[in-house]
Amino acid sequence: MVRIIGGLVGLAFAVMAFVGFISTTVGAIQEPAAPTAEHEFHEHPKDVRFASDGPFGRFDNRQLQRGFQVFKEVCSACHSLKLVAFRDLQQIGYSEAEVKAIAAQWAIETPAPNPETGEMATRRNQPADRFPAPFANEIAARAANNNAVPPDLSLMTKARHDGAAYVYSLLTGYQNQPAELLRQFPDARTPAGLHYNPYFPNLNLAMAPPLTSNGQVQYADGTAPTIDNMAKDVAAFLVWTAEPKLQARHAAGWASVLFLVIFCFLTWGAYKSVWRDKKH
Amino acid sequence: MSFPWAKHYEPKAPLMKWLDDRLPLPRFVYNAVGAGYPVPRNLNYFWNFGVLAGAALAMQIVTGIVLAMHFSTDANTAFTSVESIMRDVNAGWFLRYAHANGASMFLAVVYIHIGRGLYYGSYKPPREMVWLLGVVIFLLMMATAFMGYVLPWGQMSFWGAQVITGFFSAIPLVGETIRVWLLGGYAPDAAALNRFFSLHYLLPFVILGVVILHIWALHIPGSNNPTGVEVKDEQDTVPFHPYYTAKDGFGLGVFLLIFATIIFFAPNLLGHPDNYIQANPLSTPAHIVPEWYFLPFYAILKSFTIDFIMPAKLWGVLAMFGSILLLFFLPWLDTSPVRSANYRPVYRWFLVALLVDVIILGYVGGAEPIARNIIMGQIASAYYFLHFLVILPIVSAMERPRPLPNSITEAVLAKRGGTAPTKTAMSGGAIAPAE
Repeated sequence: MVRIIGGLVGLAFAVMAFVGFISTTVGAIQEPAAPTAEHEFHEHPKDVRFASDGPFGRFDNRQLQRGFQVFKEVCSACHSLKLVAFRDLQQIGYSEAEVKAIAAQWAIETPAPNPETGEMATRRNQPADRFPAPFANEIAARAANNNAVPPDLSLMTKARHDGAAYVYSLLTGYQNQPAELLRQFPDARTPAGLHYNPYFPNLNLAMAPPLTSNGQVQYADGTAPTIDNMAKDVAAFLVWTAEPKLQARHAAGWASVLFLVIFCFLTWGAYKSVWRDKKH
Repeated sequence: MSFPWAKHYEPKAPLMKWLDDRLPLPRFVYNAVGAGYPVPRNLNYFWNFGVLAGAALAMQIVTGIVLAMHFSTDANTAFTSVESIMRDVNAGWFLRYAHANGASMFLAVVYIHIGRGLYYGSYKPPREMVWLLGVVIFLLMMATAFMGYVLPWGQMSFWGAQVITGFFSAIPLVGETIRVWLLGGYAPDAAALNRFFSLHYLLPFVILGVVILHIWALHIPGSNNPTGVEVKDEQDTVPFHPYYTAKDGFGLGVFLLIFATIIFFAPNLLGHPDNYIQANPLSTPAHIVPEWYFLPFYAILKSFTIDFIMPAKLWGVLAMFGSILLLFFLPWLDTSPVRSANYRPVYRWFLVALLVDVIILGYVGGAEPIARNIIMGQIASAYYFLHFLVILPIVSAMERPRPLPNSITEAVLAKRGGTAPTKTAMSGGAIAPAE
């Protein structure tokens, strides 16, 4: 009885899936999916290497500091970094005094009640504060940015596929719309107020090119501030903001792997010893 | 219950004698996973995965309890509390990566464990109850994993919860009411997050309880083995300890090595980037996909595209739940008296086809819903149901199995060659149990 009912139920599902298969196939033949501009012209991130890549990856603090400078002078005008605190900058090589100074001189202050009157006001940032957002709320962010909210950057390199390369590619990927695209898809012309970028999923990005000229940021360590270097440095910095414990993780990883390899050899030896005269 | 030649627990130390007279817990452990449990001598490495699943469950409970100490069950702060675990809690990044990847490892190990059961016929009499309890554990694991994935309150958490609870709205008449009741609102929000957290904390202990029943039921007939031939006498078995504790120790080492490699060097490999974006009810991700371990079932859900008597969505939901629930009937669908597929020349090829089928379903579940992928999913879904509900009963009635060995020992010696049974019969005397 179980087998008869089961067989009928199984046949019902199989037939329904099979009819679906025929209908999908017929549909696909009669109306093949039209190619889209996104599908044809979207590009995967460029191949770019960072010191933090791979199982031996470590942070290059000088690069992170340069990246922080790019964030401070360029990105932070619109983007928040709400999961990172000023004190965290000590991890990338700033001294306590430097962190204090960076916090105190930060252009945007932290919202806090006035200690005298209790009215809402702002105060200077302290090392324990997280980076204050450039806009008071989402509505303000929208109003100032052509109705597009600049996303928080704290986790950006983990929130996109191949994140660091994506950030680098996006920052260096602005270009004019290819003539080929307009010829194939005349309706796909980038709307006014948006910017063509093949590394962005739908090709048209609200963010204006943020890095426009070499030397936009003055690096103190003598590195040439080319657009390419600035993009790479800020991408490296955002790898750190997204995964500040990366170095500790890699170090603990090698210790664990070493321990477990020894553990495996010992347990394998114990296993072979216990079973030595038992055929199995 | 055990074989007559099972060793008996004999406490020697006065304290252990005293304890044994009052609370025979050491005796219980001795008989469950100690020298008091005789196990077939010919188990291969696939038999390590039960112990590995138990280890994975234990690790999930330990890391989960510590994470719960730092997690905030509130829709406004859940996401940032997870990030503060990653940044500010001592070794918090390790706990969270171990827990998130631990779920994947647990499911991976359990899938291999289930596959082992399918191939070697471990669901057949007299072990039906072991199998049924195993399917219950699997269902509980799926529920726990789903609710756990919602807790970090990222985009995939939120939209996954939206899609999965949406299944219930496919039920005619009362579906939408049930969905709202389950979520505690019209969309996932504070109420849903709180109840998912509560249940996510509860269910692992329910799983633990059913695991104990699973092992209890296993100990009545004893373990199956790669030949599928029942144990006949003492030389077919070895005591679980030290033989299989030693082998499981090595298996555990390899498991932990793979687990550690993922945690420390590729912790986000199995996750989705969108879950690092805080949940936003106003922004739907381009592709909502579940975790990898649900993808085959998700593909089945999406493969039903035709309205016939019932809406296509309801067909899909019924098929998806049916694809798991049919496992409960497996012991009665397969009537072949031979357990191990090693001796079933026809069925084993269908099992290989099923493995390929499930891998295709897994691919389709995560792939873009373009015509080619949908078509693949529909054929694979049809085969999935045909395999269990049509092919399996017919094949098991028609197939002529290959001759079985007379005993486990005979099979072992035929494979390894050499000495007569009498010589290997009781070599255990040379190795004193480590206890």
